[in-house]
Amino acid sequence: MKPAPFEYKAPATTDEAVDLLAEHGWDAKLLAGGQSLVPAMNFRLAQPAVLLDLNRIDELAYIRTVDSAEETGSTGSNVAEGDGGGGAVGLRIGAMTRQAALERSAAIAAHSPLLAAALPYIGHPQIRNRGTIGGSIAHADPAAELPAIVVALDAELTIRNSEGERRVAAAEFFQGLFSTALGPNDLLIEVDIPALPAGTGWSFQEVARRHGDYALVGVAATVRLAGDVCEAARMVFLSVGGGPVIASNAEASLVGQPLDERRIGEAARLAASEDIDPVNDIHASVAYRRHLAEVLARRALHEAGARARSGAGA
Amino acid sequence: MHQRLTVNLVVNGETYERDVEPRILLSDFLRHDLGLTGTHVGCEHGVCGACTVLVEGEAVRSCLMFAVQVDGRQVTTVEGLAPNAEELHPLQEAFWESHGLQCGFCTPGILLSMVPFLESNPDPSEKEIREALSGNLCRCTGYQNIVDAVQRAAAGQAAGGATPEAADVADEPSRRDGGDEATAGEVPA
Repeated sequence: MKPAPFEYKAPATTDEAVDLLAEHGWDAKLLAGGQSLVPAMNFRLAQPAVLLDLNRIDELAYIRTVDSAEETGSTGSNVAEGDGGGGAVGLRIGAMTRQAALERSAAIAAHSPLLAAALPYIGHPQIRNRGTIGGSIAHADPAAELPAIVVALDAELTIRNSEGERRVAAAEFFQGLFSTALGPNDLLIEVDIPALPAGTGWSFQEVARRHGDYALVGVAATVRLAGDVCEAARMVFLSVGGGPVIASNAEASLVGQPLDERRIGEAARLAASEDIDPVNDIHASVAYRRHLAEVLARRALHEAGARARSGAGA
Repeated sequence: MHQRLTVNLVVNGETYERDVEPRILLSDFLRHDLGLTGTHVGCEHGVCGACTVLVEGEAVRSCLMFAVQVDGRQVTTVEGLAPNAEELHPLQEAFWESHGLQCGFCTPGILLSMVPFLESNPDPSEKEIREALSGNLCRCTGYQNIVDAVQRAAAGQAAGGATPEAADVADEPSRRDGGDEATAGEVPA
């Protein structure tokens, strides 16, 4: 018996969970897949008084496709004009959807290949059988793949509490080491991933000491090309800061320029030297992480550019 | 007095009902409350894979679940693999034939990880097998014989349930050496 005692409650509906959160607030901890929380409880690093188990809430496990053109609720839609007719499809994913379910989903493979590419890097199959998309995002481990992916894809996160619902852009959700926009009474219920604009290529790159280990460095990139010119670029790193790190200097250096060898090299150097803030730990030094970041950024931009040119992206 | 909850579940086809504290891990529940000590406990924080069991047919780390979470669910442990006291499960048979274990501590977790893997991927490549094994640590074998055992089991499966001995895996190209027959382990109880 490793964890400290706690009171266990397993709500069956989202409403019930939200009511229980309103009642217990900071005393309660939400249990999603438990692949990070339960180890912390086994070590007694986490000793919640009340454990609210979300695993009985079937209504929070789903993958739905939505026609992006019809989407009215979302703010700041980045769907390019003239995209209609092509059937740009966005995704709405319930927070308790298992990573293994995402991995098996034909809809994810078809409509969010960047997310699909990152999933096999999360832990091991046994971990992904339990781990959820919402749990990973809410936990906000800086070495985790899903926070970087949702930022790279401009996802919106739906949060509910007893007062109502609100939507937060993924880029604003992550606020530093293991901290997020979630307050003590908030429940993350849905992840909305908009369709990538036409002409967008993507790439996910990661280096870990062994397959399934935490990333030493990882990067998710998208580039949108018109002809050879880069119209938009997104590069989000993991494991090199307090959360997902947007390489804004590198992105800005690419926009409006031809996506050629020289610019890719320059953007990768900028990302590794200016945009990220890695730390020394037992797994890698700052210098090695910067080196990896530059190499992975270059690979990611090459691959994303090639996909944008071949139409194999969005 | 701490909260106690009733757990009703089916393990290896048998129904059990127990009152437990919610903080009891599934791994400890199986071992201490049900006496099913085939599920081994290694790191107890989700790294080693020794405690892997099937919940509703899916491989999970039982040290990262609470017993109360499997209320109403089906669980399979290593005790549930063999059809009877005389016969082994084909995967166990393949581990025996290929010397896929030495001390045997990691073996139950590896077997339970590989059963659903071979069901969903009956003809895996060596790379896929190694990836599927990546969540299970073994400190004895160097993994080579474990990979061989899984390949042998897959070949036996493809041969339509033929005995693993009949499976043609004698000249396995992945094999690094002639094998280390002297270290053939015993199957743990």
